[in-house]
Amino acid sequence: MSRLYEYQGKKLLREAGIRVPEGEVVSTPEEARDVVERLGRPVVLKIQVWVTGRAGLGGIEFADSPKEAEEKARKLLGKKIKNYEVEKVLVEEKLAIRSEYFAGLIIDDAQKSPLMIFSSVGGTGIEEIAQEHPEKVAHIPIDILKGLRDYEARNLLRRTGISGKLLLKISDVLTKLYKVARQYDARSAEINPMVLTEDGEVYAADCHIAVDDYAVFRHPELGIEIAREFDRPPSELEKIAYHVEEKDHRGTFYFLQMTDEIPKEDRYIGFNGAGGGGSMMSMDAVLNSGFHLANYCDTSGNPSASKVYRAAKIILSQPNIKGYFASGSGVASQEQYHSARGLVKAFYEEKLEIPGVIRLGGNYEEKAIEILAAYLKDIPAEVEGYGRDDSPEFCARRMKELIDKNGSIPHEIRPICDSDVSVDAYGFEIFTGKIAIDHSKCVLCTSKGCVDACAPGILKLLDDKPVLAVTEEDAKKGKCTECLACEIFCQFHEQNAIDIHLPIPGLKEYRNRLIKGTSDLKSTEEEKV
Amino acid sequence: MAILVSEKSRVVVQGITGREGMVRTRLMTDYGTHVVAGVTPGKGGGEVYEIPVYDTVEEAWEKCGPIDISVIFVPAALVKNAALEAIDAGVKFLTIVPDRVPIFDVLEIVRLAKDRGAVFVGPNTLGLVSPGKAVLGMIGGRAERAREWFRPGDIGVSSRSGGMTSAISYYLTEAGLGQSTIVHVGGDAVVGLSHPEVMELFEKDEQTRLVAMFGEIGTTQEERVADLIEEGRFTKPLIAYVGGKAAKSGTRFSHAGAIVEGTRGSYNSKVQRLRDVGVHVVESISEIPKVALELRGSSGR
Ligand code: SF4
Ligand code: SF4
Repeated sequence: MSRLYEYQGKKLLREAGIRVPEGEVVSTPEEARDVVERLGRPVVLKIQVWVTGRAGLGGIEFADSPKEAEEKARKLLGKKIKNYEVEKVLVEEKLAIRSEYFAGLIIDDAQKSPLMIFSSVGGTGIEEIAQEHPEKVAHIPIDILKGLRDYEARNLLRRTGISGKLLLKISDVLTKLYKVARQYDARSAEINPMVLTEDGEVYAADCHIAVDDYAVFRHPELGIEIAREFDRPPSELEKIAYHVEEKDHRGTFYFLQMTDEIPKEDRYIGFNGAGGGGSMMSMDAVLNSGFHLANYCDTSGNPSASKVYRAAKIILSQPNIKGYFASGSGVASQEQYHSARGLVKAFYEEKLEIPGVIRLGGNYEEKAIEILAAYLKDIPAEVEGYGRDDSPEFCARRMKELIDKNGSIPHEIRPICDSDVSVDAYGFEIFTGKIAIDHSKCVLCTSKGCVDACAPGILKLLDDKPVLAVTEEDAKKGKCTECLACEIFCQFHEQNAIDIHLPIPGLKEYRNRLIKGTSDLKSTEEEKV
Repeated sequence: MAILVSEKSRVVVQGITGREGMVRTRLMTDYGTHVVAGVTPGKGGGEVYEIPVYDTVEEAWEKCGPIDISVIFVPAALVKNAALEAIDAGVKFLTIVPDRVPIFDVLEIVRLAKDRGAVFVGPNTLGLVSPGKAVLGMIGGRAERAREWFRPGDIGVSSRSGGMTSAISYYLTEAGLGQSTIVHVGGDAVVGLSHPEVMELFEKDEQTRLVAMFGEIGTTQEERVADLIEEGRFTKPLIAYVGGKAAKSGTRFSHAGAIVEGTRGSYNSKVQRLRDVGVHVVESISEIPKVALELRGSSGR
């Protein structure tokens, strides 16, 4: 679910004809002052971040004058709330509240229809109030083909004790709220509190709208950056991962960080699952053996080797993890050796030191396990490959044993180096990167095995050197499946002449900052000594 | 008997000329599914693996005779219209494979299906298979492998995870236990047939004597299965695994959801409810065949 900020949601409500407090969203104290000058009334300032209970966190302030608003805005902007910096503040007229209500639209999986909920009490603690006073809460399913009729809304309200003129005013808001939800494909849309003011008007004083991730494509006007369920703004690493996913449609790649910081001494695991259910089961196994998860990651639905490679690089951009655990359903239908090759490339580049347990159950799992065993012998870490007949629980236990064995060393982030391919190497572009072949090395090659290794058959020999057998355009369009077989073959059996460059925009800078951050820390510590 | 699909079911594939549609049609027919026609608007008159292609489902019905099932392989944004078209043409069972179908679209399909007495599995489903009879969707992959992994028998399987649908069935087969029908109900919040509805079908199916269910946190499906059992509407032995014990709880951010559902949807709620009504809740998938064997032993089968 893609959440909208309060000010974005209110804009949609206002456009639909629901009354919202007058005001504006600002990002500087000066703007806040201007808004109050224009309004000429006392205001409330509310931080625009995705947390609940903002008042308790010091995220809501009141001001009576432009100057006071400026001061209060200065206090709020840049404030850190649960690790997120406040960038925007909504400045609104302060309402004279007589009473508060709650209205919400959700999609009910049992009835398979939208459900409008109304409570004649509202505000903070609505969930508890609803438990204690069930008679004040009512809900009705909405016929998707007809929408919410105004008499239905009136009957709903009547059941919570609302009557008279107020009944008309609120039912109008409810029918409009449903229209907004439907128009913008909202998974949920809440007005809490809905406020009756002293002068008898009904306002949406606060709102939470979350748009269906799968329908975001219909609403470019909402400017949603990442169409995905987050209960907070995405982290930098998550954004990097999201852009990888966006550029490569082959299979899913979903990456979510579970913690903001990983202390060196804690037992966190970098997790790479495959398939929602299999991932969940594997996660349970990891947690049951006493670890925490640094992240959740799902690479499934037949991802290319290059995508798995990128996923691994991103997972390994989390300092201090103690191990790398990959596991899915166990009987995936895609060929598992693609994932294996992606991991080999990543682990090799990283010169991985923390242990890895890779459960690649499914089609051709034997070949996949062989690839891991054959090519990861020389890295410092121990990496073990398992198949469908090894349970996630068993694999999680192995993870623990391997971590204990190597003394639980924390993962250290390495800078991403640009490869040193000579500029005049033979090369061509592929779907998400570039392949360079240093033909000068091929002279020494006896097997010319890269050509055979390329299952799609897009390489051929020309004057004893491997070149494209298809047009450059076709290679780029996807004839090269980025299976990484040629590179791995040449690296381990021949002259190490092939370099497949798979960039991950932003990752290099991200890591550099992390590395610099820790060294800054070190140097200040040293200074203290 | 199995549920939902058998070798006699007459199947149409919507989106048959697409990349996925073509590959999967091949695999389905290889396994034994009776695909009588394909539909791709604008490609009528053609053929895919000797299966005639029509412009509309109605046309396929007119030219090929009654159609029992439609399997849909069209892009997510086009799913709604494809499904409505099939239902309108009179098809009573749909398998909607694509994922990322907008939820309001799903609700519209639900609504029309209800009016016409139709049902569907999905969206975001790998499909279903009645071992030895027919497969719908993409579950199992190549036919030889599907035959190796899934064996006919008396255990019904219903799962919210695609991968785990195959995994559970594979482990059952390994233990010498066959399956009646294996259903991946789909991974989305709202699906056509959810666990409880599948349980009701298994209840009526004579071939099915025991059911294995893979549940997950979120939605009220597993709790509703418990409700069914309590009401005496599902009486066969049930083995359940609920995934997501470890997932962070409290990430729910809709008050409205909490007001209506209370604590339903959480791992504890599901496991508690299922245990209360006598379901065998296991802690790991590998226990499913073991418990199944025990249950059969004790019931003298
Ligand atoms: S295997 Fe390596 S060295 Fe041999 S021809 Fe291919 S690229 Fe050149
Ligand atoms: S050139 Fe061939 S072997 Fe190399 S990555 Fe591309 S498809 Fe794979």
